[in-house]
Amino acid sequence: MRVKLETDVLVIGSGGAGMYAAIAAARKGASVLLVDRSLIGRGGATVMAQMTVAVAVGEEEPDHWEHHLADTLKAGRGLCDENLSRLLCEDGPACIREMDEWGIGWARRDGHMAQVHAPGHDRKRCVYVDFLNTGPAVSKTLRARVQRIPEIRRAGDLLITDVALRDGVCVGALALHIPTGNAVGVSAKATIIATGGLTRLYARNSASLNMGGDGYALALRAGAELIDMEFVQFFPIGHLAPRLVGMDPIMWDPFRYKLGGRLLNAQMKEFLPEEGRYVSARDVATYAILKEVAEGRGSPHGGAWLSFQHCSEATLRGAFGPVMDRLATNGIDLTRQPIEVAPIAHYHMGGIRVDTDMRTSVPHLFAAGEAVGGANGANRLSGNAITEAVTFGRRAGLRAAELAATSKLAAVPEGRFAGSKPKLNPAAAIVELQKVMNTEVGPLRTQAGLERALEHITSTKFDLPPPRHGLDPEWLDLHDFRNMRLVAECVTRAALARTESRGAHQRQDFAETSDAWSKHQSIRLVGGQAQLDSVPGT
Amino acid sequence: MWRGEPGSAGRYEHYEVPFEQGQTVLDGLRWIRVHKDPSLAIRFSCINANACKECMIRVDGKTVYACTTRLVEADMTLEPLPNKALIKDLVTEIAPPDERAENLSK
Repeated sequence: MRVKLETDVLVIGSGGAGMYAAIAAARKGASVLLVDRSLIGRGGATVMAQMTVAVAVGEEEPDHWEHHLADTLKAGRGLCDENLSRLLCEDGPACIREMDEWGIGWARRDGHMAQVHAPGHDRKRCVYVDFLNTGPAVSKTLRARVQRIPEIRRAGDLLITDVALRDGVCVGALALHIPTGNAVGVSAKATIIATGGLTRLYARNSASLNMGGDGYALALRAGAELIDMEFVQFFPIGHLAPRLVGMDPIMWDPFRYKLGGRLLNAQMKEFLPEEGRYVSARDVATYAILKEVAEGRGSPHGGAWLSFQHCSEATLRGAFGPVMDRLATNGIDLTRQPIEVAPIAHYHMGGIRVDTDMRTSVPHLFAAGEAVGGANGANRLSGNAITEAVTFGRRAGLRAAELAATSKLAAVPEGRFAGSKPKLNPAAAIVELQKVMNTEVGPLRTQAGLERALEHITSTKFDLPPPRHGLDPEWLDLHDFRNMRLVAECVTRAALARTESRGAHQRQDFAETSDAWSKHQSIRLVGGQAQLDSVPGT
Repeated sequence: MWRGEPGSAGRYEHYEVPFEQGQTVLDGLRWIRVHKDPSLAIRFSCINANACKECMIRVDGKTVYACTTRLVEADMTLEPLPNKALIKDLVTEIAPPDERAENLSK
């Protein structure tokens, strides 16, 4: 059965970027269809974010977006697309204040928004919602807003399988209704990809199920360009042990903002020049921990110790209230024990190449949020992810609605899956791919390892078979595996070509940063093959 | 574990998963999909953060989140939510009615 839907603006993905895009497009008078392969406002990265949002609102101390921009560019190791970085920093305050009006509940102190200092920032710039509730609050606020706008229709459990094209122009998308297996064609005057990043490619990650790089695969197959794909940020102090359930593995970051904490090796010695302060940039801390592990000074599970034993029970409870109870149910008492942390894949700096109107190289196709590459260069500054999501979402929604106002609907071509089912367990194949990516295309890379990964990634090729009627979990895994393989190939090829080390891309065989590599690499599909090109820096 | 689809009588199937201290029911379900049967339908998004609230099922007659319920070294009975429409196996229709594609006007 084939279902047809029509809309002015189609928004794919309902995280922070997608929901903000939907709101902005509807505000400009467009009808919007907001779809997600999960539930609306529940899947994706935003709802999982527990930490802070960097924004130059200057409530804690005087600030200006130009200072935020300077820090963003510095963190990006010379590789930011400055126009996109500027958009993030300049539009950030308006979005954060708008969400404040919508009742998000930014933490306040003495009547003003509380702002904390995060690594890489020159001042107290990061707003948050207590306790560890920033992402859920952003999600909830935007979801409540979206629900109140009649021009926005919402559909969860709808998996976009391909962008629909006519003569090279995006005319909507092809989708699968997950519970029934029905094919759905969505005609749209403008389409926005807001599907987030690719951290599910890695065995150790802070990802949700939806972060297998769907948007990158959609964009590539539609003919759009990707950029900076080799730059995958590993968050240095992801939770490792003891097993902790019901909490995001990134949770120690806000603990360090508020309480410092000491990062220790197996000999219980600090190995970074921190002295209990949270000052090391993410890439620096990641490599320092991995070096300790490689040299036999790691914690029992292969990471580092993180200790808050200098804090009293009262201090801990004052800073994190009910979170302490959640830790207690996991058997963790921070006054008595350090926990183990290790680098985990957390964010992708690269992504779909866009201009400052969020337009991709395919007419009528836009992108927003983490799906976009360039704003954060080779290393993202702490707190910039949600700022990027909301500012880029807002801009994409506005521009897509403007374009839709002067465009006509076109019929979406029939799509079909004609492959045959490959002989593999797709759930197991995904786990295998994640292991290879973590080992060979993770924070430390070599030519030999990257070549091994490329061989693994390109060894199985298949076309998707038709899905069966009803919910088909194997087909969904095959779909994900196919997208993940394509995106993993892009990351690996770009990493192999970049013979230097910079930010999140560290080559053990090319340890120095090279001026000759102060440039980007773009990727597009040519005859079904991923092809790399150089793009000068901005 | 209850397995079945709408219109079928359904059946209970028995699975053994390795026990590791601290592991959750969702860990066990994911293990089954990778090692035994990828056709098993489960619903989850955030995996471990208890943020998405999508993995609600019945364990030993109680409605719980699979991601925060610990495995125990004993038999556990897993079933789909009884008060929601069944989609397949442990997956039920939990989306708000106005956020379902089938309810959209063209």
